[in-house]
Amino acid sequence: MSERGQQTGLGRAFVRSPKALISATGALVLIAAAYLAPFIAPHTPFELGSFSLMDSELPPAFLPGGDPRFLLGTDMQGRDVFSAILFGTRISLTVGIAAVLFSAAVGTLIGLLAGFRGGLVDAVLMRVADVILSFPTILIALLISGVARTLFPLATSGTAAILVLIFAISINEWTQYARTVRGQTLVEKGLDYVQAARISGVGESAILRRHILPNVLSPVIVIATINLALAVLAEATLSFLGVGMPPTSPSLGTLIRIGNENLFSGIWWVVVFPAAALVLLVLCVNLFGDWLRDALNPRLD
Amino acid sequence: MIGFIVRRLAQALVVMAAIALISFLMFRYVGDPVAVMAREDASVTERQELREKLGLDRPVVVQFVDFIGRVVQGDLGISYRNQRPVADLIKERLPATLELVMMATLLSLAIGIPLGVITAVNRTGWLPTLVQSVSLVGISVPTFVTGIMLILVFAVTLRWLPSFGRGDTVQIGWWTTGLLTISGLKALILPSLTLALYQMTLIMRLVRAEMIEVLSSDYVRFARARGLPARMIHYKLALKNALMPVITITGMQIGGLIAFAVVTETVFQWPGLGLLFIQAVSFADVPVMAAYLLLVGLLFVVLNALVDIAYLVLDPRLRTRAS
Repeated sequence: MSERGQQTGLGRAFVRSPKALISATGALVLIAAAYLAPFIAPHTPFELGSFSLMDSELPPAFLPGGDPRFLLGTDMQGRDVFSAILFGTRISLTVGIAAVLFSAAVGTLIGLLAGFRGGLVDAVLMRVADVILSFPTILIALLISGVARTLFPLATSGTAAILVLIFAISINEWTQYARTVRGQTLVEKGLDYVQAARISGVGESAILRRHILPNVLSPVIVIATINLALAVLAEATLSFLGVGMPPTSPSLGTLIRIGNENLFSGIWWVVVFPAAALVLLVLCVNLFGDWLRDALNPRLD
Repeated sequence: MIGFIVRRLAQALVVMAAIALISFLMFRYVGDPVAVMAREDASVTERQELREKLGLDRPVVVQFVDFIGRVVQGDLGISYRNQRPVADLIKERLPATLELVMMATLLSLAIGIPLGVITAVNRTGWLPTLVQSVSLVGISVPTFVTGIMLILVFAVTLRWLPSFGRGDTVQIGWWTTGLLTISGLKALILPSLTLALYQMTLIMRLVRAEMIEVLSSDYVRFARARGLPARMIHYKLALKNALMPVITITGMQIGGLIAFAVVTETVFQWPGLGLLFIQAVSFADVPVMAAYLLLVGLLFVVLNALVDIAYLVLDPRLRTRAS
């Protein structure tokens, strides 16, 4: 089947699958809402002075005692929960997407090199990947975050915290891309078209870039989609544990942490709505990834 | 076979040495031990004396060997935050985590195995569909959200169960147990359920897959032909053979559960190793972080090696391949 034929086939399968349509729409709406937050959020939740204690602990607008200005109620300081969720989702997604892009790039490069070169490079890289894979993501991420905190005490501020999180999550996730791409590269490298390119005098890096890379991309895309859900979850967990995003620029995980600390004062909306947003986002991405895996059906290690 | 075991153990030793090295580097170079341990107003000479007393002026290799020697003897350094030996802190916190993990494992087996059998036996109908959809939603709900929702329902709203701590504990030697008091048992319910949910899906799927395979085998068909009751075929004959991989995976997962308990322990303020570790991470308490890394690393390396060797001993087919 030609490249074009494959693509239209995927498009048709997409339109026909309710699972794909619903999950993709859900994910796109959430992503759009997050990145358009400055335009659609009714309040600016993290600018001091833009909210007042007078409005604190208001229930959602649809409940008795609610205020129509605050759709999902307000927190202990009078911040609008709905706006906080929009901005929080933006931070969660930014960390997740950046971690996925970074780990996919590094993992693919390492996988290509290990598969193409073989020998000692291959053996060492794959042993390292094995060891990393045998430990839980959250543990390694916590250690990285702890070390970063000790070495750079300023790393707890907004931008630096994002960078630490991206690194802490990526250090685990590159291994999956590397293993899969390596396996695929080993197969491709023995095929006739690569031999033909080699005989025609095409250089090594050009063979990797122009010939092998396009053929290993479909498993990379599938892993990336599934890993986006995992990365968003990992970020949320770290922020919930108090070693991720600080309360001054909170992600969904930070919002849930703050809400959890006030669980017993009865203001459940401060924790339930951010948690629902997180679960919805992860569920949509997971379902879409699930469908994509079945549709593209790549060889995954 | 002996060759394989020796090679596997050598490999485990190399990984363990690497973990020890990382742990040592953290201990030695992340933060300055002298700055943390010296008094605020210590003079330069006092600091120098402390540096020599701690052996920080000697070659790095000698310090690493020293570090290993001390660790083997159970000396894991002094916590910066509590100013107490790390080994004592770990000994205090270990029972809480082990009881939590043990209870979670029992729960996940007790619920996961029957669900797996049921969904394998009736492959159509509303129940398997329901279980399948719930488990798909389940993997999208992070542990801490599950925990918070359980607290919201059973502790805040219904007020049936406590939301934090271990309840009353009983001291047996150096071990503290919450299993012998009513309040201790009640306190264990929500955290162990939260931790178990993560593993339950895995066990259910595994039992289902194994059962489907076993149910299509000849001896099950023969038992059916003989007219044995379905209940006996499913639970006595088939399940017995489907359980082998479940036991191995459950054993392997115990390491993962201990690491994962970090999240559960934070949600429920359960005074175990995980909470100790997360507090160490927040307060940059490097000796505790390094010790936790060593401990969990050792656990993982040992469990992984044991599983590989066990497979080899149990499955003769692998023996020829390995040699």
